[in-house]
Amino acid sequence: MSARDLSTGFLPIVLVVALLALVPLFVTSNTILNFLVFTLIIALAAQGWNLLAGYGGQFSFGHAAFFGTGAYAAAILQVNLGVNAYVAFLVGIGLGALVGFVIGYLSFRSGLKGSYFALVTLAFAEVLRILANSAGFTGGAAGILIPLDVSAWNFQFESRGAYYWVALALVAAVLVLNRAIERARFGAQLVAVRENEAAARALGVDALSVKLKAIALSGAITAAAGGLYAQYFLYLDALIAYGPWISIEALLAPIVGGLGTVFGPLVGALALHGLSEASKLFVGEIPGIDLVIFGAVLILVVAFAPDGVMGVIGRVRRRLGGVSAKTSPASAAAPAPAPAPTREETPA
Amino acid sequence: MMFTPDIVLTATINGLMTGAVYALIALGLTLVYGVLHIINFAHGATLTAAMFGVLVLNQALGIDPYLAILVLTPLFFALGYAVQRLVIGPASHGEDVNILLVTLGLAIIIENALLAIFRSDTRSVDTPYGFSVIEVGNLFLSTPRVIAFFGSIAVAVALWLVLARTDTGKAIRAVAKEKTGAALVGIDVRHVYAVTFGLGAACVAIAACLLMPTFYVNPRVGGAFVLVAFTIVVLGGMGSIAGALVGGLFIGVVESLSGLYLGESLGQIGIFLIFILVLLFRPTGLFGAKA
Repeated sequence: MSARDLSTGFLPIVLVVALLALVPLFVTSNTILNFLVFTLIIALAAQGWNLLAGYGGQFSFGHAAFFGTGAYAAAILQVNLGVNAYVAFLVGIGLGALVGFVIGYLSFRSGLKGSYFALVTLAFAEVLRILANSAGFTGGAAGILIPLDVSAWNFQFESRGAYYWVALALVAAVLVLNRAIERARFGAQLVAVRENEAAARALGVDALSVKLKAIALSGAITAAAGGLYAQYFLYLDALIAYGPWISIEALLAPIVGGLGTVFGPLVGALALHGLSEASKLFVGEIPGIDLVIFGAVLILVVAFAPDGVMGVIGRVRRRLGGVSAKTSPASAAAPAPAPAPTREETPA
Repeated sequence: MMFTPDIVLTATINGLMTGAVYALIALGLTLVYGVLHIINFAHGATLTAAMFGVLVLNQALGIDPYLAILVLTPLFFALGYAVQRLVIGPASHGEDVNILLVTLGLAIIIENALLAIFRSDTRSVDTPYGFSVIEVGNLFLSTPRVIAFFGSIAVAVALWLVLARTDTGKAIRAVAKEKTGAALVGIDVRHVYAVTFGLGAACVAIAACLLMPTFYVNPRVGGAFVLVAFTIVVLGGMGSIAGALVGGLFIGVVESLSGLYLGESLGQIGIFLIFILVLLFRPTGLFGAKA
């Protein structure tokens, strides 16, 4: 296998997911599994954000709009209308895509980008939060409770391990989807729009349609995270579903892990939440201290490692690869590794 | 729903008084945007920090909130200057998206550090004049809010004078228009950036002092104000001082009246809808001439 396959093929995904799937066989501590399920939900939400921002260059500060829609759809359809949990979950994903399309249509058609796009997404999420907090069918400020009724048919499981595998399966599906997009025409168009929208247009890329597809897909993925959250914790209120916390989580993980890379969101979510748990060991449970660390990490990453953990890994691997090229005759004939691109793993 | 003219008038005047403080907060934001062309996401957290500053000065040293202006304004100017010069500038490598993320990081740090120190309790400052009123005709107006109104207008005028009449102001305007040209004629652009950031933080410090006699503080309080401030800045045209003033007063009235007619919790919706509509249909703002 060549180095190129390592960063553009499907094999690494299979290996990583297979390795992660073994975890519940060895770890039985509920605390640890709880932590892992929550982190995977964050990673899933972040994968949605990464598709739009990492590949498409459109920085949303309001992905809570999608997360909350998926979560509320799952809860409301089950509790108020008696719909099956899996159907509710799928409808939530569809609604997430729809909300994404609507927000995208309104803002991209008006030519919003950069700070303006960040602000308008933030405002949409806040409007949804206030509406959900005041409306009757969302349970208002009291929130909404999904009745505990454990059975696989209800998308409720006895063991946390089962939730873990479901979350991992969803994350894995998006990893594969992401890789497929990278290799497809759509992925190339998305990156072209990110790098230079005017140039992409001049080459015949329908920038609006590309961005709309990206935000709808992004909304669907983050809504799936919201639906899974509702199914796992069985309780929601407006601040959980549409609150700024999830918008921030969704953007932090890919930036820390590696913007516009397939593994970035997963690696970032694990790194950040691992760090946050570690900090609790040292300073105890002080409210807010984990987020202070997140904020500091964000600034440090932007300042010193703009390509995130995946970028650092890539640099280290290229350096090791360079060493082995000198020592092994078989790879000596191979061309020298290309200079480091700004964002690893993006299709040319 | 119908209300007597007196109630509507009182709500309008109350809205104007809140709006003036909003305008002052928005002024800091719009100034930074006008010069650095970035949105300072840490603006709300800075306000929260200043409000806690007022609280601590009052409870630990017995300093009156209005007197605290003399302490907090220079302190926050210095902090703003230092943060831009030492953190935001170097960390963002001159890229807009990075500045957005670095100020977001700062906001997260400040808000949660305050949460870790003060916990999430809501607190307020007790002053002898907190509940005193001024009678105008048959309307009763809260004295501290009248003071806040005139105080905010005074600061806006002072800021305008600084920008229009002083050398520093001239340098700031030059950098805002054309930073390369400004650098060529010998203006220290990084210094001007930092001064602008300091002025923005100072505006927020004064706003905090004017707010505290009638308002409360908790670590999340700035978030509510900053979204309103964003709305005002966008409405008034990014970078426009007159726009921020008029936009602030307007939003204050909208909030007060929609609160009257729709109820407290839905009242905010009016603001966000204006925000979204302006962003979508007139992103340069009602007063912004340049795109």
